[in-house]
Amino acid sequence: MTDVNSNHETGGEDSSRRDFLYIATVGAVGVGGVFAFWPFIDQMNPAADTLALSTTEINVGDLEEGAEITVKFRERPHFVRRRTAEEVAASAEVAVNSLPDGDARNANLAAGSPATDENRSALSAVIDDGVEVDETLRASLLVSGANCTHLGCVPTEGAGDYGAWFCPCHGSHYDTSGRIRRGPAPENLPIPPMTFISATTLRLG
Amino acid sequence: MSGPSTYEPKTGFTRWLDKRLPIARLGWDSFVDFPTPRNLNYWWTFGGILAVCLMIQILTGIVLAMHYVPHIDYSCASVERIDRDVNFGWLLRNSHANGASMFFLAVYLHMLRGLYYGSYKAPRELLWILGVVIYLLMMAAAFLGYVLPWGQMSFWGAMVITNLFGALPVVGTPVTEWLWGGFSVGNATLNRFFSLHYLIPFLIAGVVGLHIWALHVPGNNNPTGLTVKTGADTLPFHPYYTVKDGFAIVVFLIIFAFFVFYWPDALGHADNYVEADALVTPAHIVPEWYLLPFYAILRAVPDKLGGVILMFGAIGVLFILPWLDTSRVRSMRYRPMGRWFFLFFVIACLGLGWVGAELPDNKVPVLGVLGLDFLWMGRILTLYYFGYFLVVLPLLGLVEKPAERPASIERSVLGKDTFGAAAPVAALAE
Ligand code: HEM
Ligand code: FES
Repeated sequence: MTDVNSNHETGGEDSSRRDFLYIATVGAVGVGGVFAFWPFIDQMNPAADTLALSTTEINVGDLEEGAEITVKFRERPHFVRRRTAEEVAASAEVAVNSLPDGDARNANLAAGSPATDENRSALSAVIDDGVEVDETLRASLLVSGANCTHLGCVPTEGAGDYGAWFCPCHGSHYDTSGRIRRGPAPENLPIPPMTFISATTLRLG
Repeated sequence: MSGPSTYEPKTGFTRWLDKRLPIARLGWDSFVDFPTPRNLNYWWTFGGILAVCLMIQILTGIVLAMHYVPHIDYSCASVERIDRDVNFGWLLRNSHANGASMFFLAVYLHMLRGLYYGSYKAPRELLWILGVVIYLLMMAAAFLGYVLPWGQMSFWGAMVITNLFGALPVVGTPVTEWLWGGFSVGNATLNRFFSLHYLIPFLIAGVVGLHIWALHVPGNNNPTGLTVKTGADTLPFHPYYTVKDGFAIVVFLIIFAFFVFYWPDALGHADNYVEADALVTPAHIVPEWYLLPFYAILRAVPDKLGGVILMFGAIGVLFILPWLDTSRVRSMRYRPMGRWFFLFFVIACLGLGWVGAELPDNKVPVLGVLGLDFLWMGRILTLYYFGYFLVVLPLLGLVEKPAERPASIERSVLGKDTFGAAAPVAALAE
């Protein structure tokens, strides 16, 4: 009994063997635990069928000047508004550097494009080959996500300081180009990817 | 205060059991012979009331789940069916929905009791923190439950609350989509909310166990805030407090029953009987009454992330409260300045609740002539809410001169020192 590791518990066994088993077990449980845990987290992410991208087609030819409809695109409501010439002119005059959010937030443009009225309107939409779309129609159309960029409510049409949208939840005011002007919302309403597939049909997505 | 056990098994079976699983001993030591300060007032009955509330929620919830369908196309109809067609469904649903309100009423009084009498101070810091954990879980359970009937308030409440996480830098969007299981609040969201709504009350029951364990080590605080010194300061829990708690529970249940039977929709919102519509937000969305103060704090800040941080901070500050209050004196009874600040704190909380129910841009009645709108009222009250915890309690303890306190709990009740006289059986103080 000269082994220093020897006592009643070890009975003189090789303790480095036990240390190895101990470390290997703890390591396997630790790493394995992380791997086993991940499926339980990841299952909550959108499922494959939910992720399958969808598109929505809108007939914009029927929209009167000043009319607005709400459509659903990828689960979310979207505003489609045919603005009057005065509304477009008033919106175009606003200096971009006076806006709370100067970014166009337009999926059809490069990130960081300025939030001019032109960059927010359907002038930024892609036009399919061979299709011709009236330019004033494009300039007058505003298509944007309808969930307030604050906490997601759908703003009320025709209300607020700018006569465009007012979010009743916490008081955000948007102008006719869907830009945040006053209130807690941090960003302009997002513009989805859009393509004119005929003179009067706009496809989202 | 948990002294040596006084349990003596009397029958052959209880002696046999006691050697193997001393569960009867645990019950006896916790709820029969547990030494309890002799001066507890009715503010101390809310613990028992809360236990009853949790049991009512779990019982009614389990049977509601037998009829409820967690699907966006059927939820609203299934809840209506519970109300109209299921035998006694109206009773079960009204009890569950109003039970949530009653639960919060009781928990708020229970917490204010703790704040007034300094129950959060040493040696009860962990007891207090476990209480705040229960409160957080209750809020989660109530929020998830309110989504289940899939009315307009359910849907838009879920939208606003889940979007709070979108304020997080970088991970905001992935986290909200993870919570939703899609690109917006939808069927996947409703399904998981039902699963979690079923789970959380059982987590609460677990934490309640820890809460009571942490209570039974230092024992109850009491209205004087004095530490129990002798057995004469205490009474056995049974029959003194079983009867007192029992009486309070009956009174509480009468109030509860009044709402269930005569005014079942008073505390809810009519808009929640309109089925959820993802395209239209109701003109005025408000959370349930018990979450209104936090809603007011959220809106007090003109910045998204700032509002969210402040709202969670309002609960977070409760976790560190035991270390913020510097006063040596527990009970506000003997804190001549502290009690005024406390009174204004209660008023601020009620005021925040009022602000949360109003539109921010509306003028406050009467004070409106001074140009005060609800947004600014909310800001002022939010400032006081945080000021109370972060400035008043830390500084006041250093400058306030406490009033004279009685020599002992027993003296505060009986007026004279009767130490040594025949006092009811009770274990010795710590
Ligand atoms: C901490 C305890 C609980 C709280 C605070 C709570 C709260 C709520 C609330 C506020 C509602 C919405 C009521 C309405 O407006 O109709 C609700 C609904 C519901 N809860 Fe709970 N609940 C609790 C425990 C449970 C448990 C343990 C279960 C199941 C085992 C459950 C099952 C349900 C079901 C099925 C519904 C939908 C039916 C309905 O809307 O009445 N709850 N809960
Ligand atoms: S959700 Fe629109 S202002 Fe808050």
